[in-house]
Amino acid sequence: MTAPPPLPKWADLFVLPVINLLVAFFICGLIILALGENPISALVVMVKGAFVYPGSLGYTLYYTTNFIFTALAVAIAFHAMMFNIGGEGQAALGGLGGGLVCLWLAPSLPAGIVLPLAILGAAAFGAAWGVVPGYLQARRGSHIVITTIMFNFIAASLMVWLLGGPLLQQGQQSPQTEAFEPAGQMPKMHDLLGGLGIETTSSPLNLSFVLALLVLVGFWVLIWRTRLGYEIRTVGHNPDAAHYAGINVPRTIIVAMAIAGGLAGLMSINELQGVQHRVILDFTAGYGFTGIAVALMGRNHPIGIFLASLLFGALYQGGSELDFEFQSITRDMVLLIQGMIILFSGALAYMFNPPLARFIARVAAKRLEARHV
Amino acid sequence: MSEFLFQALLTLDGTVRVATPLILCAMAGMFSERSGVIDISLEGKLLVGAFVAATIAYFTGSPWLAVFCAIGASVLVALIHGFACITHRGNQVVSGLAINILAAGVTVVVAIALFRQGGQTPILDRGDRFGPMEFWFVETLDPIPMLGAVYREFISGHNPITYLALLVVPASAYLLYRTRFGLRLRAVGEVPAAVDTAGVSVAWLRYRAVLLAGVLCGIAGAYLSIGQGAGFVPEMSAGKGYIALAAVIFGKWRPVPAFLACLMFGFLEALSARLQGIDLPLIGEAPTHLMLALPYIMTVLLLAGFIGRASPPAAIGVPYTK
Amino acid sequence: MVDHHTHPASSGSGHPPAIELREISKTFGTVRANKAISMAIGKGAIHGIVGENGAGKSTLMNILYGLHRADSGDILIDGQITPIHSSADAIRAGIGMVHQHFMLVPNFTVLENVMLGSEGSPMLKPGVGETRALLKTLGEEFDMHVDPDALIEDLPVGLQQRVEIIKAVKGGARILILDEPTGVLTPGEAESLFKILRRMKQDGVTVILITHKLSEIMAITDTVTVIRGGEVVGHRKTADTNPEELAELMVGRKVLLRVDRGAARPGAVLLEADGLECHAADGRPLLHDIDFQIRAGEILGIAGVAGNGQTELLEVLSGLRPVDKGRLVVMNRTVTRQSRTDPEQMRQAHVGHIPEDRHRHGLVLAFEARENAVLGFHKSSVTGEGALIDQQAMTAHCLDLMREFDVRPPNPNLSGRNFSGGNQQKLVIAREIDKRPRVLIVGQPTRGVDIGAIEFIHKQLIRLRDEGCAILLVSVELEEILGLSDRIMVMNAGRQVGIVPCEEADEQTLGLMMAGIRGSDAA
Repeated sequence: MTAPPPLPKWADLFVLPVINLLVAFFICGLIILALGENPISALVVMVKGAFVYPGSLGYTLYYTTNFIFTALAVAIAFHAMMFNIGGEGQAALGGLGGGLVCLWLAPSLPAGIVLPLAILGAAAFGAAWGVVPGYLQARRGSHIVITTIMFNFIAASLMVWLLGGPLLQQGQQSPQTEAFEPAGQMPKMHDLLGGLGIETTSSPLNLSFVLALLVLVGFWVLIWRTRLGYEIRTVGHNPDAAHYAGINVPRTIIVAMAIAGGLAGLMSINELQGVQHRVILDFTAGYGFTGIAVALMGRNHPIGIFLASLLFGALYQGGSELDFEFQSITRDMVLLIQGMIILFSGALAYMFNPPLARFIARVAAKRLEARHV
Repeated sequence: MSEFLFQALLTLDGTVRVATPLILCAMAGMFSERSGVIDISLEGKLLVGAFVAATIAYFTGSPWLAVFCAIGASVLVALIHGFACITHRGNQVVSGLAINILAAGVTVVVAIALFRQGGQTPILDRGDRFGPMEFWFVETLDPIPMLGAVYREFISGHNPITYLALLVVPASAYLLYRTRFGLRLRAVGEVPAAVDTAGVSVAWLRYRAVLLAGVLCGIAGAYLSIGQGAGFVPEMSAGKGYIALAAVIFGKWRPVPAFLACLMFGFLEALSARLQGIDLPLIGEAPTHLMLALPYIMTVLLLAGFIGRASPPAAIGVPYTK
Repeated sequence: MVDHHTHPASSGSGHPPAIELREISKTFGTVRANKAISMAIGKGAIHGIVGENGAGKSTLMNILYGLHRADSGDILIDGQITPIHSSADAIRAGIGMVHQHFMLVPNFTVLENVMLGSEGSPMLKPGVGETRALLKTLGEEFDMHVDPDALIEDLPVGLQQRVEIIKAVKGGARILILDEPTGVLTPGEAESLFKILRRMKQDGVTVILITHKLSEIMAITDTVTVIRGGEVVGHRKTADTNPEELAELMVGRKVLLRVDRGAARPGAVLLEADGLECHAADGRPLLHDIDFQIRAGEILGIAGVAGNGQTELLEVLSGLRPVDKGRLVVMNRTVTRQSRTDPEQMRQAHVGHIPEDRHRHGLVLAFEARENAVLGFHKSSVTGEGALIDQQAMTAHCLDLMREFDVRPPNPNLSGRNFSGGNQQKLVIAREIDKRPRVLIVGQPTRGVDIGAIEFIHKQLIRLRDEGCAILLVSVELEEILGLSDRIMVMNAGRQVGIVPCEEADEQTLGLMMAGIRGSDAA
């Protein structure tokens, strides 16, 4: 068999991801069928649950916010050709940083000061948890994948200890801190919109969503318009050439991991300052891992990441409706779908590349022939 | 004194119990990674193995058939990993991650569909699972001080899978260092082109390593749900696959050191369980959280070259193209 | 000129050729690497295949060894059509190959490497004894002894190659392919390799030698096939041809030997190395006691067999590698072990660097041309003054460079990998020369570059020299060194053997010096 012709750019960017996604959904559909339920009606339930029911869109966008942050944390590391699996740990530490700011300052200062500081605190703590693996990769040569995995577990142990001990709320049994004062709480979107005279159903969607959108734009500028972004991409594509070009490769790796950690840390603002209003255990709930899937699907580009985040947000919100409507399938189905998406959009991303390329080449040849006849 | 000895024995006993799945998974990870395929999907294979073992044991009442099916399921998962990483040259970390998430999803989804118990299997009866293996002469030796207790608590009375795990270690070492398969396996993880040009299929060699990992993880999974436990609980692998991976690295991708690392990590967990809430002289409350995090911290330090140096197989993570 | 149809070995004697290729073709993507290549090689002959880099020689041999699969064509062994789809097929057909990049496991012993793939039984033990015996016999038979228990990574390159040869012939291979075997060898090591090959020939082994060095073809082969652009352009009996004819066949026209240039007008010393040394991480010396000066307006050529410290010299001079001992003075700026430098500082000091390997250092292949055009200068004014990179300025800058240096196609948005080798190189050179460097460090400026571009690049270097730039030129092509340099420094094993003025240098003296024999001794 001869090598397939190269895939056109448009097909690589749009057709291939859609095919991968459809295959993942198709297989999940088969599994649902095997479990004795109707995949089409499951899909209808999920779509309704994600977009149609009152307040559902708010929930969907609330989940979307989490994914945007954790996916960007993965994406920036990817641009520097590193695999950041540490989103969970970085987000957890971010929660600690933002949480400490709120516990400390919210009782005495106004929200206008506390919240920006909490955002900085979350970013800083998350960044610190990203910098260490970055440093170990850049200067000591340890594999960032393994280190970030280990750092997730270390972060989890740290949080268990802190929330069960030093930071435990007085007289509480479950591991969590005191509640944040109102100055440490992110305003809800339905309240803000209500203030503008727009009535919406209440949902957990809060101002963090706007922050996420701003960060998306900032990410694009950083990667494709700044000198630092140029350096990060150079290091990612060709570290030798980066060295040749006078770029400090280890420093760039560390900076990229700091930004990655900071971005992951911001996810905690949505979850803790936005909804829980206290630091709780395991609030990261796998969002850090899912961020990898989102980044893969979104091809590490802000627009792709936004769309993929929306998809996953809808999956999460729509998936929770499954519990009410079906006997045999529950929201855990979402985990399965997610795994399939990572498998087909990530690990098997190029499985359909050769056949698709051949198909497109054949169609193009036919069209050319037709024109000549 | 005898109380201390008894406590020590119980801790050692616990160590072996905790270390059993780690040992099996570590050997699995070692084979896969020595062939050049990163395997963070140990966790997922373990979980699938645990679920299938518990399910089959529940329906058939045969623990042996259950282990067999657990192996089959885990091998199937390994095949997905191989298909993605070897055949399609996909990213090995992404594939592993996908498998871990898939495993977490599929076990719970199927468990709910089958049993409607929130993702668990029903609790298994004693006859449906592996019990401790009482050795001969426990009664005879019991009266002898020290030896009797050591024999009863530490040597005898473990799960058959535990003894199997202890046999797997020398077998793995033999396979790796003394056989044709082992020589080729070690070579393919370093310079796959050398294996290819010697007329040996790189893909088939790697597939065999990955499938072997599947077999071992399947056994480990069965141990969790029908050996140590009495049924399947969601997420029951609880990071053991990752600790095993840490042990592989800590053992510098060699069977015996990896085995020792498993014992050490198992000991830390067993000890911290024993010391939970106990005040120690001089230290105060036992730092059990720290002890549980220690395997991860030590692995990070080792990888960073602060305690020795661990250099992975040269070709690890790189799909082979001619 | 092109004669497809003479097969020297197939004519005459009644024996079928040991190996025959019929109309072998292979395409990678849009590149036709081999076009209907045919040749026949008689039993017990040493047959050379020559061609420039990228002519398709290695592809052809990889097809013969089963690493690639031909799109069409047949391979005949002893007159039988033999399908070869994998290395295993090739080995079974009696073909052994010594690869350009050795196929050895560095942390295995010699014994383990030789055993790999032919262990004999599922258990290693019996095979170990047999392999030991085999190493001994082969060692005696062909005079190539090597310690079976030594680790490959501890052996010098020449011995590693010996292990490769042993691996290739251990199963009784009757056809031995060697791909650029002398590229990394010292002349002495190369000579002992040839001795081994001649013995094998006496033993009836058919040897195929792939090389781009004509001297080797003349020295050892019986017959030779010349390949250009993926096609056979001629078969010759070595005795009936000469290097000039082969060179002409290889490049397709008379080689431009002399570059037009006037006498140098050297000015002030701009670059000076004084007892320069550096070593590898394991303490192995890479450069030892290097002393030279380069003045404004002159070119110092560095000649030597690849791998004798030239790469490290380029790295030190461009700031990529630290100085371990001695000092380097670049326009009054002193670099020592204590006062280090880095590529950024060197570039600020007006030192340009055209790297040896443009794919490794010179370009980011995934980047667009305009992004590559500012590599190393992304913080300078070519990308605008503001906080962000000025996209229009970057594109305009790239277009300027492309126009001035005739880079084709002149499309700043095309990614680096979509340009031909020559155009990639022109882009790199344009970028480095555009800033009017006072000192220019040049490595292999015309490697993998077509003839037209070579001439252009040579003219640019001379022009820059005449404008007062101090140039250090490293090239493995002696002709290039002789054609461009005002003075020539020869390197061997990380040391400088001597410096000779261009007028006094010829290929023979330089050849001796490259082998490590001092200039004064040679004269």
